[in-house]
Amino acid sequence: MNFDFSEEQKLLQKTARDFLADQAPLSLARAVMESDNKYSEELWKETAEMGWLGATIPEEYGGAGFGYLELALLAQEVGRSLAPIPFSSSVYLASEAIIAFGSDDQKKKYLTRLAAGDAIGTVAIAEGPGELGLESVETRFEAGKLTGKKTPVPDGDIADLIVVLAKTAAGTALVIVDGDAGVDKKSLESIDPTRAMGQLTFDGAPAELLGADGEGAAQAEKILDRAAVLMAFEQIGTAERAFDITKEYTLGRYAFGRPIASFQAIKHRLADLYTSIVLATSNAYYGAWALENSSDELGTAACAARVNATEALELAGEEIIQMHGGVGFTWEYDCHMFYRRSKLTGLVLGSAAEWREKLIQRLEAAA
Amino acid sequence: MDFEDTPEEAAFRAEARAWLDANAKLRNPDEPPMGMLEEEGGGGVKRAQQWQAKKADAGWACITWPKEYGGRAASSIQSVIWNQEEGRYRTPPSIFGIGQGMLGPTIMTHGTQEQKDRYIQPMLRGEEIWCQLFSEPAAGSDLAGLRTTAVKDGDDWVVNGQKIWTTGAQFCKWGMIVTRTDPHAVKHAGITYFIVDMESPGVEIRPIKQIAGASGFNEVFFTDCRIPDKNRVGAVNDGWRGAITTLMNERSSIGAGGGGAGVKDLLRLAKQCKRNGRPAIEDSSVRQQIADFYIRTKGLSYTGSRTLTAISKGTTPGPESSIGKLVGAPLRQQMAAFAMDLQGAAGSLVNQDAAEEGIWQLAWLGAPGMRLAGGTDEILRNIVSERVLGLPSEMRADKGVAFSDIPTGS
Ligand SMILES: Cc1cc2nc3c(=O)[nH]c(=O)nc-3n(C[C@H](O)[C@H](O)[C@H](O)COP(=O)(O)OP(=O)(O)OC[C@H]3O[C@@H](n4cnc5c(N)ncnc54)[C@H](O)[C@@H]3O)c2cc1C
Repeated sequence: MNFDFSEEQKLLQKTARDFLADQAPLSLARAVMESDNKYSEELWKETAEMGWLGATIPEEYGGAGFGYLELALLAQEVGRSLAPIPFSSSVYLASEAIIAFGSDDQKKKYLTRLAAGDAIGTVAIAEGPGELGLESVETRFEAGKLTGKKTPVPDGDIADLIVVLAKTAAGTALVIVDGDAGVDKKSLESIDPTRAMGQLTFDGAPAELLGADGEGAAQAEKILDRAAVLMAFEQIGTAERAFDITKEYTLGRYAFGRPIASFQAIKHRLADLYTSIVLATSNAYYGAWALENSSDELGTAACAARVNATEALELAGEEIIQMHGGVGFTWEYDCHMFYRRSKLTGLVLGSAAEWREKLIQRLEAAA
Repeated sequence: MDFEDTPEEAAFRAEARAWLDANAKLRNPDEPPMGMLEEEGGGGVKRAQQWQAKKADAGWACITWPKEYGGRAASSIQSVIWNQEEGRYRTPPSIFGIGQGMLGPTIMTHGTQEQKDRYIQPMLRGEEIWCQLFSEPAAGSDLAGLRTTAVKDGDDWVVNGQKIWTTGAQFCKWGMIVTRTDPHAVKHAGITYFIVDMESPGVEIRPIKQIAGASGFNEVFFTDCRIPDKNRVGAVNDGWRGAITTLMNERSSIGAGGGGAGVKDLLRLAKQCKRNGRPAIEDSSVRQQIADFYIRTKGLSYTGSRTLTAISKGTTPGPESSIGKLVGAPLRQQMAAFAMDLQGAAGSLVNQDAAEEGIWQLAWLGAPGMRLAGGTDEILRNIVSERVLGLPSEMRADKGVAFSDIPTGS
């Protein structure tokens, strides 16, 4: 039994943590939140230089050629710092889609740009409120042209390269669109202003097939599973940071002549939050193992990782405010940035309820 | 990252399996483990003792104990592997856990040579069964509030008082008892620890009927019961130190458990039972709930894998290893309650009259005990928040106060 990360992987994680502690303090996320900027271009460039944006991209396409275990740990640190960059959209979604389904030409053309951070990528699935219905998308791909509207698209308004799930004569397909050609990009107001959300309207935009025509929904599902595991690590990183800040605050804040951390109602809830994060971490580890080893169990493991990390982070987001009292409800304190991030990350890949349903379907199929 | 045995672990597993194959029958994976002691009556004790003796003869009893005590100085990971392997066979449930898991190690740490020579071998062989006489009517979570007294008289100590919730006392030859020997000291300082012969005069054992009807635990009354001083474990008034050793071992043995009906069984049940005129498994709230149980079950099991990894590498498991019972016991209770809900009105039946021979009802009736024994949910949260997270300890009304001056409710 060796259900842990290796020493080298942990060292990589430590380097990433130190780097982000320096380059991405919470004030950086706040600066993005309080400006019209959609992300920190400077941090984006730096992460590209560190090789993170091409973490799992093969070296021949300009990537670092790491495994998923390494990427998972980077994701955790990105989450811990609340880094205001389109990391999840570009790395776990767009790059992964092209690695999985791109032709050699497409990989050469797109992955090199994504790895270098010259292009921001994303995957566009949703078409309005409700579940991510993969089979029922309306956006149409015909004769090399794409028509329809995708909303909301994570980082869609800043994306240079968009993988779109569309309807075709054969069923559904994934297609790649250049964000600068025939796409009307509009910024939407995000619950978490440190993470951009956009609406994309395609009016005959030129697009090319990614993978097999007719297989779009199945391919999208695979991408979502993989992204769910990586996002779970990001969520856990964010939850751990929220937990640390909360614990620190309760130790320093006095009421009734004692630190509030000595009240059992606080201690026991911190114990519960800790427990929730531990369980989520264990499920995420298993997801990472399944991802790295292309296990048959990736489908169920991704669901468990996704739901559990979402639950842990949402709890952390609620508790950080509650345990700070009134200051937690101010714009000035950072608590709400965690509250906001918890919900945003819990929704962009589909809600926990959707993933619980998916889990049961998969368990039924396996029985 | 992998789930494979190291070559040494694989070799050990093969060795264990070879012996088990030759000496026991494989259990069908769907068949529940053999029943607990309460259901078995007296025959269960005999069978458990025979199996234990067989293991002892072959060197498979208490394998982590040092060789001088009859063990094989096995590592913790070997002990886990042995338990996994033994669990695959139709073997009687062990009734020796309290002695072998908690009290034996306490005697090895704090006992005299004479005590080790006398008690350890028969304990390892299962010839003598042991119980833990800690809790009292007025001292459970607050164990150090115990009131049973021991007073020195010549070479003996004379013990008076009452213990309660003593698991298995009715089958035991020996018990380990914590007593108050100095009521004027602060409470942890006036405690002395003894080995007591459960057959000696002045010991009266009364089984207590538990909520499910069986009598797993007892109350034990001590009336002028004499314990020779040579049965004292550790120094006079220093018994708390030994009690802590026992409790540390309790924590490492509890929570290992698991087993019992699981998510697979819930899915099957939800197919069989109807809701809204359709199989309950088609109901979205049912699906959401089962998914939640699955995720918590897996989270717990992979947390176990992380702990095993640390053990396998010979390092101390991280703090994550402390949450097992705190998550597992309420989970068990909620899953059982949910299964009964699925059965609707028929969920109110038990045993043979109930669906699936009442396994869920039995689990539901047993679960509250899991949430109490070996540290209640609340005490475990205290432990996690104080020892793992480093939060301040409780404000105490009894700090620095002589035991005799501490306020009580009765
Ligand atoms: C099945 C079973 C087997 C057992 N076997 C044994 C045995 O073999 N030997 C033995 O010595 N004992 C045994 N026990 C006893 C067990 O250790 C005690 O029941 C347990 O420690 C709780 O003590 P109590 O029953 O006195 O409850 P109390 O300590 O009175 O607790 C009552 C309630 O108050 C809560 N509470 C108490 N203190 C605090 C606090 N500081 N903060 C918050 N809440 C608190 C508890 O969590 C609980 O909910 C067994 C119990 C059970 C159920």
